[in-house]
Amino acid sequence: MAAAGYDYEEQGREQQDSVYDPNYVPDSVKSFVVHLYRHIREKNVYEIHQMYDTSFQTLSERHFKDTPWPSVDAVAHFVDNDHVFCLLYREMWFRHLYARLTPTLKQRIDSWDNYCNLFQVVLHGVVNMQLPNQWLWDMVDEFVYQFQSFCQYRAKMRNKSEQEIALLKQFDQAWNVYGVLNFLQALVEKSMIIEILEREKEGLEQFTATDGYDYSGGSNVLKVLGYFSMVGLLRVHCLLGDYHSGLKCLLPIDISQQGVYTSVIGSHITTIYHYGFANLMLRRYVDAIREFSKILLYIYKTKQYHQKSPQYEQILKKNEQMYALLGICLLLCPQVKLVDETVNSQLREKYGEKMGRMQRYDDEAFGVYDELFSYACPKFITPSAPCFEEPLLNYNQDAYRLQLKLFLYEVKQQQLLAGVRTFLKVYSTISLGKLANYMEVDEPTLRTILLTYKHKTHAVDSEGKIISNADVDFYIDDDMVRVVESKPAKRYGDYFLRQIVKLEGVINDMDRIKLE
Amino acid sequence: MGREREPQKPQQQQPPQQQQQQVSYTVDQLVAINPYNPDILSELENNVNEQVSSQTYSLDANLCLLRFYQFEPERMSTQIVARILVKALMAMPAPDFGLCLFLIPERVQMEEQFKTLIVLSHYLEVCLCLCNFSCSNVWSERSFTYLFHLQTGRFRQFWDEAAKSRHIVEAVPGFEQAIQSYAIHLLSLTYQKVPRSVLAEAINVEGLSLDKFLEHLVANSGWILEKGHGKGQLIVLPRKEFNHPELKKNTADGIPLEHITRIFPILG
Repeated sequence: MAAAGYDYEEQGREQQDSVYDPNYVPDSVKSFVVHLYRHIREKNVYEIHQMYDTSFQTLSERHFKDTPWPSVDAVAHFVDNDHVFCLLYREMWFRHLYARLTPTLKQRIDSWDNYCNLFQVVLHGVVNMQLPNQWLWDMVDEFVYQFQSFCQYRAKMRNKSEQEIALLKQFDQAWNVYGVLNFLQALVEKSMIIEILEREKEGLEQFTATDGYDYSGGSNVLKVLGYFSMVGLLRVHCLLGDYHSGLKCLLPIDISQQGVYTSVIGSHITTIYHYGFANLMLRRYVDAIREFSKILLYIYKTKQYHQKSPQYEQILKKNEQMYALLGICLLLCPQVKLVDETVNSQLREKYGEKMGRMQRYDDEAFGVYDELFSYACPKFITPSAPCFEEPLLNYNQDAYRLQLKLFLYEVKQQQLLAGVRTFLKVYSTISLGKLANYMEVDEPTLRTILLTYKHKTHAVDSEGKIISNADVDFYIDDDMVRVVESKPAKRYGDYFLRQIVKLEGVINDMDRIKLE
Repeated sequence: MGREREPQKPQQQQPPQQQQQQVSYTVDQLVAINPYNPDILSELENNVNEQVSSQTYSLDANLCLLRFYQFEPERMSTQIVARILVKALMAMPAPDFGLCLFLIPERVQMEEQFKTLIVLSHYLEVCLCLCNFSCSNVWSERSFTYLFHLQTGRFRQFWDEAAKSRHIVEAVPGFEQAIQSYAIHLLSLTYQKVPRSVLAEAINVEGLSLDKFLEHLVANSGWILEKGHGKGQLIVLPRKEFNHPELKKNTADGIPLEHITRIFPILG
């Protein structure tokens, strides 16, 4: 590894509390690592999960509110110097540090190094543990987060010290975008997860049914890391503005159904947030609206169970962001019928006033689009290395500004259609001449407006098929515009089928009752 | 892992047998196997030129190349980027042009040749209905001026502008036909019967050539020519669910067999 072989204690401690002694291990921490190590060896997933999810938080809260955990060297001898356990411990150590303190550049580089070692071990297939999905998800999630955080940090060149610049140059492979993507990709490939999901569809394999765990004594680590890495890739691609490639990485996971990705709330939210955002940018509004509505309803119903979870705040934040994105989608594609009633009333409560202003199509409306997008978009990154020549320039906003500009441009184009939509809503048939007259344009212009309306309300799906996003559609027959209000196809057949099954159940129940 | 970056000697790292195989790989396979391997960069650049000359297209390969440029801006060739953008324009109504722009740094987009292409894409995106287009700083001043002059524009303006930018688009064979198919695609989403003049303007073909063009479509694609009431020819476009909404209903009504099987035990 590029960053190996440096003196660990040399730098990077200045920022932290001076009373922090990396070698001091409180008894409770000793007992924590000893037990965790034992449970891992015994493959007791339930206990591992308890310790990981609860004890680690409790101890952090009690002893390490604003200092790091004891160094790995201080605890290693409690766990037979177990190599893999130490890698896992350091992964948590850095995660805790990122969450509570500001990592120094040296620490960022060290953490990268630790991920390299950890993933290397997993990829070589020497790991025989069974770890909780929550933990495995957190690893992928944190890996991508630290990459994003590093890019943001590196892009703020203006206030870098000489020492920092020297380190950046020396360890130029740390958090390198190729490295990050190739690790995720390697986990996907090595785990054979795509093949596993394929075979599962044919009933030849179980993965989803066991939540990814292996009940025949094998390890779930590589498989599940590979699985979550597909979500990781989606997220990295979204951060880079490559929405098409991102969605492609997610294809093996059928998001219309429950899956291992829904077994961890953080993974569920991250998946749908990025899926929806990518579809919004690709103008596939209907797909975005449908999935946002589903997950927002799910969060609405279940959020009380997560109140004590360390992710609770993150859940609430993503919840708000997705409402903002849903609001944007619905303004660009007014298909309120697709949205669950509860979600819709929540949306009106949160963003009703803003959405009203956005509908006015003036400069202020534009400002609100800007505001909501900026609030709800991912933290875009510039992946390339900085230019070290003077003057040092910040470029941390570049990627965000480009995505914002292109998005707002699309909004501007869409706004041209609002006028015609209003008219189409009130007529079932109207002649071109009359409509042109009402809209105060000439007939040829009206024809082009109508063409534009068709273009903007029809998207191309991932298979190249044309799909309609239109709430109000029309066709032109010679000189007449005929309007078609799209009604969601009522699934009578499905409804009757379900009722028949239900009725049969009730009759069976009644048959079973013996009257005395 | 954590790829060592050695742009100077990309070829030497590959084991010889892999290079052999690559000859038989299609570019899509190459990209699927090496999505994050910059060693294939020059191969992808060659492929862009090949897409131009052989009138083929691979969005995935082009996005992959733009990704490498994004990661290592010093290796970017603006000529290749321009070709990718023209090809993406030709893929309308697919959103490929926008997808490419998301990956191209803003300062590059400000170059003259890209501004022209961006303007062309606007014409196609909004079919030139820019009546309500108000002044704003969303786009660069220059592109904006273009747009402003075209308040009552139509497909006509796209063709005029494309004619002015010959040096860019003419280097790419099939450009005109690609935009014509896009225009026809849009017309057939919109019209059951379209006046000949509207079609003529959209595809930039008139007179005898248009007659020939129509003859071909009547013979091969089920188009029908009809006499309009005094205003010249009407063209009846093929029936699709978008211009004949009643066609859509029928497909949604079906019930898949596996749903019916659920009630078989009850029926029996």
